[in-house]
Amino acid sequence: MPRLSQWMVRAALIYLLLGFTVGALLLAHKGLPLHPILWSWLPAHIEFLLLGWIVQLAMGVAFWILPRFWEKPSRPRENFALAAFVLLNLGIWLVVAGTTFQLGRGALLAGRVVELGAVVLFGVHGWGRIVSRTGK
Amino acid sequence: MPVLTRWFLRSALLYLAAALLLGVVLALPGSVALPAFVRAMNPAYFHLFLVGWVTQMIFGVIYWMFPIITRAAPRGNERLGWASYLLLNSGLLLRVVGEPLAATRPQSGFGWLLALSAVLQWLAAVLFVFLAWPRIKDKYRGG
Repeated sequence: MPRLSQWMVRAALIYLLLGFTVGALLLAHKGLPLHPILWSWLPAHIEFLLLGWIVQLAMGVAFWILPRFWEKPSRPRENFALAAFVLLNLGIWLVVAGTTFQLGRGALLAGRVVELGAVVLFGVHGWGRIVSRTGK
Repeated sequence: MPVLTRWFLRSALLYLAAALLLGVVLALPGSVALPAFVRAMNPAYFHLFLVGWVTQMIFGVIYWMFPIITRAAPRGNERLGWASYLLLNSGLLLRVVGEPLAATRPQSGFGWLLALSAVLQWLAAVLFVFLAWPRIKDKYRGG
């Protein structure tokens, strides 16, 4: 597994823990009220699990297993995937800042734009690797 | 494919079918008289889909496909994997039953079911991360 995939998968597993921890608190709070502020963490719960866990894991595994090329670099435009990793995680925390930490719609909007940028960059990296064994 | 992966994947497929079936029921027009218990299952629908199907499918594939640790213990402590499987599924099923019960009968004291479900699912995730973490590595090359 290449180094960048290792970072992405490790980050994804950390988000899985964060998302399940927040989710467990929310579910327990539904049954046995703990603190009303917990509901403000619902957007973070969704963001951690959908983007941080599922999307990031998919990107990490895709970077690893999509077909490589015989000639170097075997995974072209790797810097785009690295930038996607950085931007995706920045975007997640901007969204959480804009929702759960209530830093305003600016942070939320910036987070969504940055997440979009991450996905576009990852697409630029991966598009050429979606090929058959004959390279077509 | 390891036995544990087969259990994860088959369970995941059952949850997908269950989630979509529940989705059909919840989409019925308001003129159809559904028990309040069923109408309160909207969160259960999302979690059957995202925990029961997506996350469980990922767990099964990670356990199967990630680089092995050693030839002697290729996938680490298998008991951790089984514990994670049992905790995730018991926690999720408890939620599916407990959430509408607690919502429709708030005075009946079913809230503890949700707290127990939360603990079970959280433990499942912790155990799975513990199991998967050492396998995030380069390909095993012997030694």
